Amino acid sequence: MSIISIDDLHYAYDPPLPGGEPIRVLCGIDLCMERGEFLSLMGPTGVGKTTLCMALNGLVPQATGGRIRGSVEVLGCDPRRTPVEALAARVGIVYQDPESQLFCTTVQDEVAFGPENLGIAAQEIEERVEWALNVVNMTSYGDRSPNQLSGGEKQRVALAASLAMMPEVLILDEPAASLDPLGRFQVFEAIGALCRQRRMTIVMVSHDAEHVAQFSDRVAVMWEGRLARVDAPSEIFFDRSLREQVGFAIPQVSALAMALNDRYGSTYRFTRLDEAEEALRRDLVKQQSSP
Amino acid sequence: MSDSPCLRTRDLWYEYDTAIPALNGVDLSIPDNAYLAIVGQNGSGKTTLVKHFNGLLKPTRGEVWIYDRSTESATVGELAHQVGYVFQNPDHQIFCATTREEIGFGPRNLGLTPEAVRARVDDALETFALTPYADTPPAVLGYGLRRKVSIAAVYAMRPKIFILDEPSIGLDWRSAQELMVLVDNLHAQGHTIILVSHDMRLVAEYTRQMLVMHEGEVLTYGPTEAVLCRTEQLEQAQIAPPQINRLARRLSDLGFDGRTLSVEAFCAAFGELWEEKT
Repeated sequence: MSIISIDDLHYAYDPPLPGGEPIRVLCGIDLCMERGEFLSLMGPTGVGKTTLCMALNGLVPQATGGRIRGSVEVLGCDPRRTPVEALAARVGIVYQDPESQLFCTTVQDEVAFGPENLGIAAQEIEERVEWALNVVNMTSYGDRSPNQLSGGEKQRVALAASLAMMPEVLILDEPAASLDPLGRFQVFEAIGALCRQRRMTIVMVSHDAEHVAQFSDRVAVMWEGRLARVDAPSEIFFDRSLREQVGFAIPQVSALAMALNDRYGSTYRFTRLDEAEEALRRDLVKQQSSP
Repeated sequence: MSDSPCLRTRDLWYEYDTAIPALNGVDLSIPDNAYLAIVGQNGSGKTTLVKHFNGLLKPTRGEVWIYDRSTESATVGELAHQVGYVFQNPDHQIFCATTREEIGFGPRNLGLTPEAVRARVDDALETFALTPYADTPPAVLGYGLRRKVSIAAVYAMRPKIFILDEPSIGLDWRSAQELMVLVDNLHAQGHTIILVSHDMRLVAEYTRQMLVMHEGEVLTYGPTEAVLCRTEQLEQAQIAPPQINRLARRLSDLGFDGRTLSVEAFCAAFGELWEEKT
């Protein structure tokens, strides 16, 4: 059974001014995801990535109004008809702007807020808070006020708050954008591990091609309200015409592979640093040892 | 680049209302027309440091000079003529009813004539491809567009020094490339650019100087290519150089130069190593 199943989904926001035109954002989305899959969503600003994320936990259309048609099913529920709070326990979401979701006076309270509202025992809440803060490397910040944190630290807290809910599906709207490189790697790695070990299903909006290549099973490229292509990273990053049309970042090693292929007629297709090292080492060593 | 610094700090300390100082004794001299990247971990003091450059923060101890003026007695408004600061979060700076008004707010406060304000606003709208949104409230635009508005609003002020705090966050790849072309042009026109960024690929590709902050101190500062090779300090600040550089280092036993910073250079080196053996 699919964990997420979207069929011909269309959505338009209400007109900003009375009598105006509705703003069409999703124009026929089809997507199926299995449990434990890590999907990255890429594409330019304004193509509907955030709207699609919000359709997965019911905020679109329950909080946003507008017109929706087609079907969405997440964990067997229709997010349009399931109360947002009922779905929140099972479908976690981390927003682009961490400040839109932080409001408690301490980091610890912030992370405990979600589980407290699920009616979980105090002991377990404490354990979850500790675990979640550990995952994002913020254990020593428990007593601080979120207001005193830097931009990247706030984002880690927002992520920890979602993790503490232990959702089955986790939707992340550019969760690592303002993290430092190491923090970003840690967050991707933590999410990747949740995906593999707990079979958490992940949908992550990200422009960070190098991490996308390293951690995702599939990449969905969104363009003008549709999913232009959903495929393995090694297919997506080497699809030149798609890239020309949509414009998205690719890993630097993939740019290298294409440059080498163009210049020397090789057929490299690596998307990760390890793959690139292995392939180039193999070929150069073979070349150097040949008579 | 002339030798006189446009920006100096001496023994700069800053403490928020916590026990740990955010900056402890920063001594810095940034030359005029620099193209500087400030990098470091979250919480290392990058934003705190640059907020001293436009007077948003005043030193707890020590001093900051913009050209030859100490920021101590200067207001943010006075410094705004010289220093434009684009916030990390566009919502910290956006407040007008339309994009046009938002971008015009700064120039109006510089005491320009209405015609001059209009010309600057039109230029900024066009430069940042925001003309279609001129009459839209910026607050309802998407995040990437709000970022563009916040940068366009500073651009319209024509400050000598541009500080961009994480400019590529929230921008898609194409917009980030476009933005960097604009920033490059500003630098070519003689402006000083200070870029706070985690994007090492962008830092390697565009900037000329690089400063690494670590726990409120300047860990290392120098030409970008040189700093990107100071492995020990980068590791201490937990910064990874661009992927292509990491690849070259991993393959240095086969003859690649560990200082390689571009795909082009790697590609050429590969060709040479290949030819050598045939």
